Amino acid sequence: MTAVRVLVGTKKGAFVLTSDGKRKKWTVDGPHFAGWEIYHLKGSPADPNRIFASQTSGWFGQIIQRSSDGGKTWEQPGTKPGEPTTTPDGMPMGESNKFVYDTSPPNGKPLTTHQWYDGTQHPWEFKRVWHIEPSLTDPDTAYAGVEDAALFKTTDGGKSWHELSGMRGHGTGPQWCPGAGGMGLHTILLDPTNPNRIYIAISSAGTFRTDDGGATWKAINQGLVSQYIPDPKAEVGHCVHRIALHPSRPGVLFMQKHWDVMRSDNAGDSWHEVSGNLPTDFGFPIDVHAHDPETIYVVPILSDSMHYPPEGKLRVYRSKTGGNDWEPLTKGLPQENCYVNVLRDAMSVDTMDECGVYFGTSGGQVYASSNGGDSWDPIVRDLPPVLSVEAQVL
Amino acid sequence: MIRVEIPYHLRTLASVQGEVQLEVAAPVTQRTVLDALEARYPMLRGTIRDHDTGKRRAFLRFYACEQDLSNESPDAPLPDAVASGAEPYLVIGALAGG
Repeated sequence: MTAVRVLVGTKKGAFVLTSDGKRKKWTVDGPHFAGWEIYHLKGSPADPNRIFASQTSGWFGQIIQRSSDGGKTWEQPGTKPGEPTTTPDGMPMGESNKFVYDTSPPNGKPLTTHQWYDGTQHPWEFKRVWHIEPSLTDPDTAYAGVEDAALFKTTDGGKSWHELSGMRGHGTGPQWCPGAGGMGLHTILLDPTNPNRIYIAISSAGTFRTDDGGATWKAINQGLVSQYIPDPKAEVGHCVHRIALHPSRPGVLFMQKHWDVMRSDNAGDSWHEVSGNLPTDFGFPIDVHAHDPETIYVVPILSDSMHYPPEGKLRVYRSKTGGNDWEPLTKGLPQENCYVNVLRDAMSVDTMDECGVYFGTSGGQVYASSNGGDSWDPIVRDLPPVLSVEAQVL
Repeated sequence: MIRVEIPYHLRTLASVQGEVQLEVAAPVTQRTVLDALEARYPMLRGTIRDHDTGKRRAFLRFYACEQDLSNESPDAPLPDAVASGAEPYLVIGALAGG
């Protein structure tokens, strides 16, 4: 029987929520990695039981966890206790936690500096993995977006990671600066029709695209206007919160920017605003319906100063026209005294016949809709603050 | 035998309970103790000392014999009481209260 699994990363651990195809009754398993921040966990499209998780701590740094049984058990790739410190072929154990910027002469780029909050230059420092994007075809391959912004890749199931340094070495790095949450590379979109094309987004640098598998990158921010930076139409420096695409139409991109909801019909070469009748166009997540590439979802947030929904009403907004015309989705969501936030990676859709939509809040609720957003029910109400939500159909 | 105490989350990560006991050849220094700890528990690499620089992570402190050794040379000999196993070497999470 078809089942749905929702992977939830929170500030105090990971949770695995499972249901049958009806998506009415849920089993909650967790916390895994109790007490640790789980920025993101995501399953491989090539093997749904292969899940990668980013486990982080301000005290202890970065850990990569991997499951091969759908989240029942976990391991740090290559680092089982009591094993030799190297594999038979010489692979050093403990490398799965190792994210070191590539500054080697043949492959790397000089580490250089980026802009700090006060406008001065600041050296690149690895802090954590924000997002893991498994390959569409190979369960041992995945990409990791990290803070300070850079893109890493593993081809051995997470045992080792190497930087795709052309991203950080784009040349505009000294103009990038951290957003309030840090300078994270938070979105990685893989083009299912072109394995050499990847889109990424960074707060606050903007959106970039590679057409050669990650060797070289192009800033794709034309059309973005950000009033709070010295040149509102600058090539880089825009606080892009998230981008999304539908796999059937990977050249059409949707963006939730700090302010403004944007759309591109030419693979990011240019963007135009589709905020339309939204009550506020500030927000974090944006996602696309699994079966209708013109249906998109956002969660409007009052402002960057407030970080809660307008009027204390938690409303998902849906556009069935690819933007501009939006309708509020409120059935089952709190419509008074609600002051939670929904973070950029905390929304996901499933691919059931009737598309499921899921999102998690800073108040620890995970809401599910089994009818494309028409109505909502909480799966759980009292988790730690939710950082990420990913849905899988099994 | 060198005794090492590590924070709760690192004990969980390494699947150990209580103190860790390690054989460490002389000289017994912070570097040789932490090297031995990471060799025995490779999942701890990068969690106490930065992977790249090898320096103590900012929010961790090192203590022994009621002394703060956090900013001492990693190659300085540890107190005899640590080298003999009479006292543990402590890895502590800083800023953990409040």
